[in-house]
Amino acid sequence: MPRFCADAPEHFRLAQLDAFAALFHRRSGTTHIVSEPVPEILAALAGNPLTLDELIDALAKAHDLETGEDVRAVLIERLAELEYAGLVFRT
Amino acid sequence: MRHVFSARIGPRVFRVGSDWRRPVDELRALYRDYPDTAGEIPDFTVRLEGQSWFRRHVRPSVTIEGDYMLPEAVPLSLEHGLLAAEMAMNLQIALGERRYLLLHASSVERDGKVLIMTGESGSGKSTLSALLGERGWRFMGDEFALIDPQTGLAHAFPRPVSLKNQAIAVMQDAAGEARLGPLLKATPKGDIRHFMPRAEAVSAMDQPGAPALILFPRFGHARAIREMGTSEIFVRLTQASTNYVALGDAGFDALTHLVQSTQARAIDYPDTQTAISLVEELWAEFA
Repeated sequence: MPRFCADAPEHFRLAQLDAFAALFHRRSGTTHIVSEPVPEILAALAGNPLTLDELIDALAKAHDLETGEDVRAVLIERLAELEYAGLVFRT
Repeated sequence: MRHVFSARIGPRVFRVGSDWRRPVDELRALYRDYPDTAGEIPDFTVRLEGQSWFRRHVRPSVTIEGDYMLPEAVPLSLEHGLLAAEMAMNLQIALGERRYLLLHASSVERDGKVLIMTGESGSGKSTLSALLGERGWRFMGDEFALIDPQTGLAHAFPRPVSLKNQAIAVMQDAAGEARLGPLLKATPKGDIRHFMPRAEAVSAMDQPGAPALILFPRFGHARAIREMGTSEIFVRLTQASTNYVALGDAGFDALTHLVQSTQARAIDYPDTQTAISLVEELWAEFA
């Protein structure tokens, strides 16, 4: 099982705008417009490599998230997008 | 450089060197109300040079040199040397400014509060700012609004307004001939005349103001006002900024603070009279 990781919190700046938030990634100097559950995923993975199952558990505990197949499918999609954007990497 | 012109515009000192006298004389006339900067170290330097010794004299064409250059820029004829100088000055600050967040926007001030107008070329933001400057507002600039990341205040950069095509007649009607520069016919941007801001706007250019309203005007459509989400405003302003990425954290702070603390609307208008009434209406509501 691959483990996913994100940069430590000090590498990010987050400003809530409306339903979306502006996320500034210091390492790349890039600004991303994100919505739930991206900030929550990045917070869970910040300097803390997790497998998909561990990530689902962490999000469920921290945000009272359900853990069904739907959630799993959404997280797989979001993780792929975040990897593509350079915000999440595999260890 | 044989001929040199220097002026301070807002917080920045520009020096323009030229192989020819004509563009420098035209700049001096256009900037006659601006502070004398003899002896000051320029922030930005522009050079207007001939492509070769020969082309300085025969069908002279002006190439632009400076700290920042566009390698594919086509030389302009000497008749358009003033336009070349203005474009080069824009380029230097657009790419070189590191203290202020630059928004490609016009701005005007009333009662210490600032209206920022941004939009694509042809949106009418320049003409609107020039017109408002004749109607009780202080003209702060038609090209760039400078946002200080430390204070959130908007600083003026009141260059002469580059009026294109129909906008020339609009300002002739509004303010007469006295503050209009020479007609530059058939430039790559069409016919152009520069419009000098009121002397009061130049003498007050060191006074910043708090942004109170951001408008995204669009000319050529029926009168309309549209609310915008904060994230849409943020994205459009990152696109309107020439140095947001270069400023890093400071740019992020300045822009997020601006959009979170300032009302914004998109407005459509069919003519300048409608635009002015829309501005006054929204200003009365939000500023």
